[in-house]
Amino acid sequence: MQSTKTLSASNKLGYNRDRFIKDLNRALMHGIAILISLTAIVPFIVSISASFSTEKALAKGYSLWPKEISLAAYQLIWRAPQELSRSYGVTFFVTVVGTILSLMVMVPFAYALSRDDFKPRRFFSLYLFVTMVFSGGLVPWYLLIRQYLHMNDTIWVMIVPFLVGGFTVIILRSNFAGMPSEIIDSAKIDGAGEWRILIQIATPMTAPTIAALGIFIALGFWNTYFPALLFIDNRKLYPLQYTLYILQTNLEMFIKNPNVTGITIPVVSLRYAMVVLIGAPIVFFTLYFQKYFVKGVYLGGMKE
Amino acid sequence: MYELSSVKTTNVIQTSQTKRKRPGQWLYQNGAWLMMCAPSVVLLFVFSYLPMYGIIIAFKDYKAGRGIFGSEWIGFKNFEFLFTTGKGFDVIQHTVLLNLLFIFTGLVVSLLIAFLLYELYGNFLMKIYQSSLFLPSVLSWVIVAYFTFAFLNTQTGLANQLLKQIGYSKDPIIWYQKADAWPWILMIVTLWKGAGAGSVLYLAGMLTINPEYYESASLDGASKWQQRWFIALPLLRPLIMIQLLLALRGIFSADFGLFYFVTNNSAQLYKTVDVIDTYVYRALVKLGNTGMAAAAGLFQAAVGFVLVMLINWIVRRIDPKWALF
Repeated sequence: MQSTKTLSASNKLGYNRDRFIKDLNRALMHGIAILISLTAIVPFIVSISASFSTEKALAKGYSLWPKEISLAAYQLIWRAPQELSRSYGVTFFVTVVGTILSLMVMVPFAYALSRDDFKPRRFFSLYLFVTMVFSGGLVPWYLLIRQYLHMNDTIWVMIVPFLVGGFTVIILRSNFAGMPSEIIDSAKIDGAGEWRILIQIATPMTAPTIAALGIFIALGFWNTYFPALLFIDNRKLYPLQYTLYILQTNLEMFIKNPNVTGITIPVVSLRYAMVVLIGAPIVFFTLYFQKYFVKGVYLGGMKE
Repeated sequence: MYELSSVKTTNVIQTSQTKRKRPGQWLYQNGAWLMMCAPSVVLLFVFSYLPMYGIIIAFKDYKAGRGIFGSEWIGFKNFEFLFTTGKGFDVIQHTVLLNLLFIFTGLVVSLLIAFLLYELYGNFLMKIYQSSLFLPSVLSWVIVAYFTFAFLNTQTGLANQLLKQIGYSKDPIIWYQKADAWPWILMIVTLWKGAGAGSVLYLAGMLTINPEYYESASLDGASKWQQRWFIALPLLRPLIMIQLLLALRGIFSADFGLFYFVTNNSAQLYKTVDVIDTYVYRALVKLGNTGMAAAAGLFQAAVGFVLVMLINWIVRRIDPKWALF
């Protein structure tokens, strides 16, 4: 926008051709960038539009802007918020507890693996690598959790099997290994034990990396659906993404709600209102913490 | 706490002793570290090593009532069934070809986005572009499936509306039954979701290139695209090579969410976009054919293992920094 303005203004001044081509190029670049950014954003807009549309308008087709605005879908969710709020509770719990436990398990492990003085670290590194290059596949894992550990229909099945990620440990380990050894040595001379070095020196020094990885771990838990698909039958334990998936084929949770009897259910806009309400937090969160996300992608790319 | 400073002074005297350490002393020296490892070691043992032992299911006629150990050994029958009457070859072919398609198109589009963002680097709008392009990558596949549905559903979807407007077709296309179109649809969805985030690494790589190279090239009359092609691309080549190789490690495993949710798990689409992961899931959970599911899963794991080891070996020869081990 801006560059086109300068373009027309400076044309009157009759400035040289090279400059003109440069500005034109720049305008073109912005044009392309705007176009592909819009491509990325359009599905969001269509979904928001659908959630605010009347069913009648939607029956004619989805659109970028609602042809007839209606709040019916949101009003209905407001009347029967139990499913949504319970799923929020489940996902929130899984995300917070999962992320904290993950970091509590992986950070010390990575730290120990980074210490040269820890002789068995070669063995433990190999122990970790084996799990990264080979797995028994889905079936034994599924049977173990369902039939031997009996973790199905518990909230922990969405957390505990996913606490240790090999790549995350490796990224953390190389970060710890990159710390100047003088700092650790001088702390040792001052009488600090390994746990104290980890908590008071190593962790704060690698905090930006830990934060970036933590955000990605949290994102994984927030988007969890697979363990729910396999192991959760109890509706009270449905995480957000799974609730949304169930809504695709089955609106029972709203139809059977006593608070909405007698109301016509706006089936399409209701689904998209749920998409908006479930998608919005992660979108705002991402925009706010984009710096960390980008760093996390970068770190992931470095080793993944 | 463990290594007192006095150890250093008595080092010479103790060497003969430390060579033959007593277990107690060893534990005392490594205790804190062992404790740090313990939770991860236990979790990996339970959720990674125990299932490895479970691969014997692939060689058994698994009956839920008898359990893993009580079920009968049947040798390679499950594999035979998978490849003769099952759809083993089909799903493997789909998995590999689609992954290759996604990897190569993803690379090209990510690079183009990185080039574009590099041109606009420093401009305040660039941040907005980058945010918009990054946003799709954080969504779950379930939400992406709803997004896709808004475009592709037969009666009201935007794709059919558009086709009608440009007068392409009288009858609306039933996308969720049109198997031939789905490799490309899934490619577009994958690019839409991943290319923006994929460009981050290449943009970072480009920012490390000394701008003087471009300046001297532009003095010689090289255009912007010539600069990218002849300077940036060769300098990025190691990074691109490594990223390609690392991505190739995963060509035998598909992204379950993409293939299960975005396709609406529509049975009419199996003939082009059914992949190992969705096949194993259905065989296990929907059809209850545990033995065959285990065989397919084991095949996937075994080939995946060979690929990872092979590629790691290649990567280490190119640049050890990127090697996993």
